[in-house]
Amino acid sequence: MRIQPGQTDPAVIRNFCIIAHIDHGKSTLADRMLQITGVVDDRSMRAQYLDRMDIERERGITIKSQAVRLPWQVNGTEHVLNMIDTPGHVDFTYEVSRSLQACEGAILLVDAAQGIEAQTLANLYLAMNNDMTIIPVLNKIDLPAAQPEKYAAEIAHLIGCEPEEVLKVSGKTGVGVRELLDHVVEKVPAPVGEATAPARALIFDSVYDTYRGVVTYVRVMDGHLGKRERILMMSSGATHETLEIGVISPEPKIADKGLGVGEVGYLITGVKDVRQSRVGDTVTSGARPAADPLSGYEHPKPMVFSGLYPIDGDDYPELREALDKLQLNDAALVYEPETSAALGFGFRCGFLGLLHMEIVRERLEREFNLSLISTAPNVIYQVIMEDGKEFTVTNPSEFPTGKVDRVFEPMVKATVLVPSEFIGAIMELCQNRRGNLQGMDYLSEDRVEIRYTMPLGEIIFDFFDQLKSRTRGYASLDYEPSGEQESELVKVDILLQGEAVDAFSAIVHKDKAYSYGVEMAKKLRELIPRQQFEVPIQAAIGARVIARENIRAIRKDVLAKCYGGDISRKRKLLEKQKEGKKRMKMVGRVEVPQEAFVAALSTESSSADKAKK
Amino acid sequence: MISRTGHRVRGGRLGHVPSTLPDGDPVPPSGDLPEGALDGLGERPFGFYVHVPFCVTRCGYCDFNTYTASELGPGASREDYAHTAIREVRRARANLGDVDLPVETVFFGGGTPTLLPAADLVRILAAIGEEFGLAPGAEVSTEANPESVDPAYLEELRGGGFNRVSFGMQSAREHVLRVLERAHTPGRPAHAVAEARAAGFEHVNLDLIYSTPGESDDDWRASLSAAIEAGPDHVSAYSLIVEDGTRLAARIRRGELPMPDDDVAADRYLIADAMLAEAGFEWYEVSNWATSEAARCRHNLLYWTGGDWWGVGPGAHSHVGGTRWWNVKHPAAYAQRLTAGVSPAHAREVLTPGDRAVERLMLELRLSAGFPLGELDRPRVVARALADGLLEVEPFKTGRAVLTLRGRLLADALVRDLT
Repeated sequence: MRIQPGQTDPAVIRNFCIIAHIDHGKSTLADRMLQITGVVDDRSMRAQYLDRMDIERERGITIKSQAVRLPWQVNGTEHVLNMIDTPGHVDFTYEVSRSLQACEGAILLVDAAQGIEAQTLANLYLAMNNDMTIIPVLNKIDLPAAQPEKYAAEIAHLIGCEPEEVLKVSGKTGVGVRELLDHVVEKVPAPVGEATAPARALIFDSVYDTYRGVVTYVRVMDGHLGKRERILMMSSGATHETLEIGVISPEPKIADKGLGVGEVGYLITGVKDVRQSRVGDTVTSGARPAADPLSGYEHPKPMVFSGLYPIDGDDYPELREALDKLQLNDAALVYEPETSAALGFGFRCGFLGLLHMEIVRERLEREFNLSLISTAPNVIYQVIMEDGKEFTVTNPSEFPTGKVDRVFEPMVKATVLVPSEFIGAIMELCQNRRGNLQGMDYLSEDRVEIRYTMPLGEIIFDFFDQLKSRTRGYASLDYEPSGEQESELVKVDILLQGEAVDAFSAIVHKDKAYSYGVEMAKKLRELIPRQQFEVPIQAAIGARVIARENIRAIRKDVLAKCYGGDISRKRKLLEKQKEGKKRMKMVGRVEVPQEAFVAALSTESSSADKAKK
Repeated sequence: MISRTGHRVRGGRLGHVPSTLPDGDPVPPSGDLPEGALDGLGERPFGFYVHVPFCVTRCGYCDFNTYTASELGPGASREDYAHTAIREVRRARANLGDVDLPVETVFFGGGTPTLLPAADLVRILAAIGEEFGLAPGAEVSTEANPESVDPAYLEELRGGGFNRVSFGMQSAREHVLRVLERAHTPGRPAHAVAEARAAGFEHVNLDLIYSTPGESDDDWRASLSAAIEAGPDHVSAYSLIVEDGTRLAARIRRGELPMPDDDVAADRYLIADAMLAEAGFEWYEVSNWATSEAARCRHNLLYWTGGDWWGVGPGAHSHVGGTRWWNVKHPAAYAQRLTAGVSPAHAREVLTPGDRAVERLMLELRLSAGFPLGELDRPRVVARALADGLLEVEPFKTGRAVLTLRGRLLADALVRDLT
């Protein structure tokens, strides 16, 4: 019975995670592990067993991490393997770092046909900085295009091991998976903690369940957590009672004896909102609290902002309700109501990054059946006026008017991994996006890592799209926040017949203001139907017009004939046209179809569309 | 493309019977009208439209309810048509009751009415007269094609009671007529007008079409000159409408012909109005000009001012006291119904007061007589229309909304804003 939860000797526990790029086969490998360790029988098996959300399964990515307890025998000794599945995307770096902190070892999983990708590299650095044991593995060795020798050398170079030490598996066929599990037991250190100390457990994930409320995933570092125990969240100071405590294997199993040192499991306290149980926080005992929390808690900080508006204004209450519900499960999502003259009532939402934004939007549309317009994404700007007043701008239309002294924008360190033949293309792109080259390293003969610092605002503006198209899809990108920088930024307004359309305002570098203005004005000229009067479209910085287009007045809007048999048909056509008119938004006297807003804004969010792929 | 008589013209004034019928409510086999429709019958002008659904060939731009011989099934031959149509005239009397209902206007359209022997048209007209009686000075029109009629035919019609003829001239330019797939030669309309005058027709109309692909401003001016030269007392001018499903639409889709441009059509309209006014024609409806009030088409005015009319023939539309209905489309189905003693009506709609108000505005605002300002309930839209130069100032002062030249080109937009 010594491997039952709450009674397991830390010496037989191995906590590990898998670091991998989106499509390098992590979920498939996890599926094989579930089968080989016998926790899922062949009859109940389904592909990507651990991915819960439809979006995860469809896109083949993991958004939220998972923890599965697997039994595994080595040399007659029963061991407990806790596999912690990590999110695979740059937007969720913080969550990745918490998952890593819950483990002693990491499997570095790399597609044998593609080699390591930028995000994987970033997560690998995180793991190595945490002094974790890295187990390098090449996956998909069954593929005809696999080049195990080449990529083994690349990995060995990165982590400082011998190419022969890189394991070779196929998640698809199961080849090498048993050996890999043996290897985990052999190489990953057992957890160490003080069993008698006050309890300290790290929250590495927190998920809202409609029926159960918030399910909090924890790794116990010291002491013991039991059920029906009063617990304390150390950053928020909130106390709750553990209604249920257990492990996932891979279905939830109640642990009557609670969880001890080194163990990984879940607890349910009846709270309804993940913000009361935040990733990175430390859980301790309410009766005998620990003196210090575990290190490293950070409040999630939104980096990218966008306005979300219902296409049908009547859906505003539904949108609010849907955001409220999503927030129960997404502590990083922030939003507040905003009103746009052009788009009506909506919300300004803050996201961790582009993928996060895209996922939220998709969930709103899919799970809550809403049709939305989103404005072009933007970052946070700090604006200092000549009189010393400071503004934080998350919506371009709120950029202050008057004498602006200085503007600061968030910067990132960007890492691009790319075959060396595309170096020129990458440098041209990054230069064009105000990037500063920081360095370049060859990972292997023909693969290179290029590092830039760059404004985040340039990355969220179809950068990923460009990166992929200029490198035939080979480049991969990772970035991390890297402070702020003063820049020559201006707000460009788009005016229809002299009235600014708030939804189209953008903050851009002064060298790009002209091209933004020209492009937007052109686009709108195509999208806005002709009116009974001429409509000038202007792009302006303050009072200075930098681009202008004209929508010529419509001259003929009459059917030539209307005789006996045409009357019913014509009346019905008129009624239909009037229905269409109702969906128009008025900007001054100009009727702008909803579709024009959608079309004008959608091309700009194309980077987000691509980032999900 | 050989056509012995007229072709139905799309965009032509004809258009009484579009090929696509609206949806509607069912009509009882008796054809009895719904309650209230007969109220006030006889107090409004009453007319007859007779649809003749035959053509020798079908023009490339036409989407009307018309059939060439090969498209017709049994029981719907041209020879039987007058007999079948007369059956419907008799049913009309039965459905409308005994009320005194003198017929103010009769209009034969198609298809190609003159594809039937003149005697057949005269027989149908006679049946209408027998059942209802023609009002003194009634207007009796038929459509015809310039190259299809001859003096004898015209004389027979005139003798049978017809007093107005409308020729589908369309254009005086050969290359334009070719695109429209019209067969007559450019010089023919002038002769046809002269023949009609000689036969004693008091009123002659020429139909013109503008903004046909390939037509230049000068081509259009030449057509207008030729039409004016021919000496009609009425001209109708329509911009070409490209209807889905026509050969013309297919040719444009394939890129063989350019799509007519609305700005070009606007220019052509201005040219037409200027040249016709210069020649003594005054506009009285968006697409219609006449040399005098007496020359205006009373039948069409009846449509536009809420009159009652009975439409005879397959696909024909009728209106009596706020109920609109339309007949089954195919000539064979039409004939079968009448032979079986059943109403040929396919479906109908009973207009709500709101529908009637919209229709009234939509139709009357197109007339030079305009619409009473006091009955428009959107003062701000009205004021803006005046300020924007869509409404004439002088009539406005006396309480009428009358479209300016620019207003006529934007009439639909204004109606949308006003309803």
